[in-house]
Amino acid sequence: MSALLKCNNVSLGYEGDVIAKNLNFTVSSGDYLCIVGENGSGKSTLIKALLGLKPPVSGNIELCGGMGKNEIGYLPQQTMVQRDFPASVREIVLSGCMNRCGLRPFYSKEEKKLAHDMMRRLEIEPLTKRCYRELSGGQQQRVLLARALCAARKMILLDEPVTGLDPKATNEMYELIDSLNKKDSITVIMVSHDMNAAVRYASHILHIGGKQLFFGTKEDYMNSKIGQAFLSVMGGEDDE
Amino acid sequence: MSEMFSTLGRYFEMPTVRYALIVGLLIALCSSLLGVTLVMKRFSFIGDGLSHVAFGAMAVATITGVTNNMLIIMPVTVCSAVLLLRTGSNTKIKGDAAIAMISVGALALGYMLMNIASQSGSGRTSGNVTADVCSTLFGSTAILTLSIADVWICVGMSVIVIAVFLIFYNKIFAVTFDESFAKATGIRSDLYNLLIAVVIAMIIVIAMNFVGSLLISALIIFPALSAMRVFKSFRSVIICSVIISLLCAFFGIIISILAGTPVGSTIVSADIIVFFIFCLTSFILRRGK
Repeated sequence: MSALLKCNNVSLGYEGDVIAKNLNFTVSSGDYLCIVGENGSGKSTLIKALLGLKPPVSGNIELCGGMGKNEIGYLPQQTMVQRDFPASVREIVLSGCMNRCGLRPFYSKEEKKLAHDMMRRLEIEPLTKRCYRELSGGQQQRVLLARALCAARKMILLDEPVTGLDPKATNEMYELIDSLNKKDSITVIMVSHDMNAAVRYASHILHIGGKQLFFGTKEDYMNSKIGQAFLSVMGGEDDE
Repeated sequence: MSEMFSTLGRYFEMPTVRYALIVGLLIALCSSLLGVTLVMKRFSFIGDGLSHVAFGAMAVATITGVTNNMLIIMPVTVCSAVLLLRTGSNTKIKGDAAIAMISVGALALGYMLMNIASQSGSGRTSGNVTADVCSTLFGSTAILTLSIADVWICVGMSVIVIAVFLIFYNKIFAVTFDESFAKATGIRSDLYNLLIAVVIAMIIVIAMNFVGSLLISALIIFPALSAMRVFKSFRSVIICSVIISLLCAFFGIIISILAGTPVGSTIVSADIIVFFIFCLTSFILRRGK
């Protein structure tokens, strides 16, 4: 198990306001890390920092083990800009392969096949030619996940992947992410409110709230004081 | 009817009319390519700001009397594009204010310079400031003043714009649809944003002589907005907006020759009519479902 991503003394914040400090953790190949914490504890900011979208206030984040930025997939929280964009499902999924192209201007046959396979896997094949903005929330989420899968060769980062999904779709989403991790051995980093899912699927837990409250394996977390306390508060209820 | 065609036939025998048509269609083609990107990335205001900057640069070029206006206008506009993008990406309000500042400032300075120049009689001003300003803002009333050199410059620039667009088509899509995803997965989106801004600047400069700096934004945005009403994939929207733009330019030029109306505003009027037709079509299509 080689380390893929290291956080050394990372502090996060907005314009001088530090919202989470002293984050130290390592993600190894094959891990399934769940980042938990209360609203506003900096979970999404941490994801953005890990992706290099937002520089940390201090400390550094390094990609190691020969992993490049272009081997990471990302499922963002949905933004309003994308919702009225004129694009077909195929075009969007295919754009996930962009980071394999380098300077090559067009997609290769293998990349088109990969995009097609991902659409089949997520059961959105019938929607291929449909317009993204006409799809339901769950379908849109699947499209974005398919795109993320095209981009993810070693690691995938998911920011609240089940927001807005019904219970059935939520379960399917979790199963899918789990099979990605177990079968395709893709390293998963996920932000979630859903503690039940976190302790069910994850191998590691990172709990943040102003600072790093816990980092370790799921088993240790469940035995720790903070873990038990948080589980009893958050565990019973659903995300909504 | 036949009289109209014979008049047209006579006009097309003149090389200047053919030049005008070639230049007009090329401009229409280039300007429609990036329309969707401009609209979806909320870059429309940058396009508008840049056209004012181009006006200012044009005024400077007129005064200094450089043989080719492009030598001054192109670099100034491209630099401003880069500058506007830089400030725009930091914070939203600051970016908006910066654009307003730069564009209105360029407009005011440009107008002032043109007045001063005509009073002192320097440069290549015609002595009639109102006419000069009017033609830079709304395009020349007579499009038949293009020289063969103008045509070649336009052809060269268009080839560059079209080539860049085709080569970077997929990247432009990725960066337009979801910039943070692109950036997160290792695509140099800053670089492509810059490329988009530079290409927009080039399009504005090419189109300025023809439709005037105030009307360029319309040429870029209307075809895209119309196409987005009806079509559903990025590619079909772009193809449709190119076709709309070419048709509007073609008929706009013909009508302006026959009726003696200013070219720029005639083309834009055609674009507006098409926009309403597409709105209606999408309304009917939706009702039909």
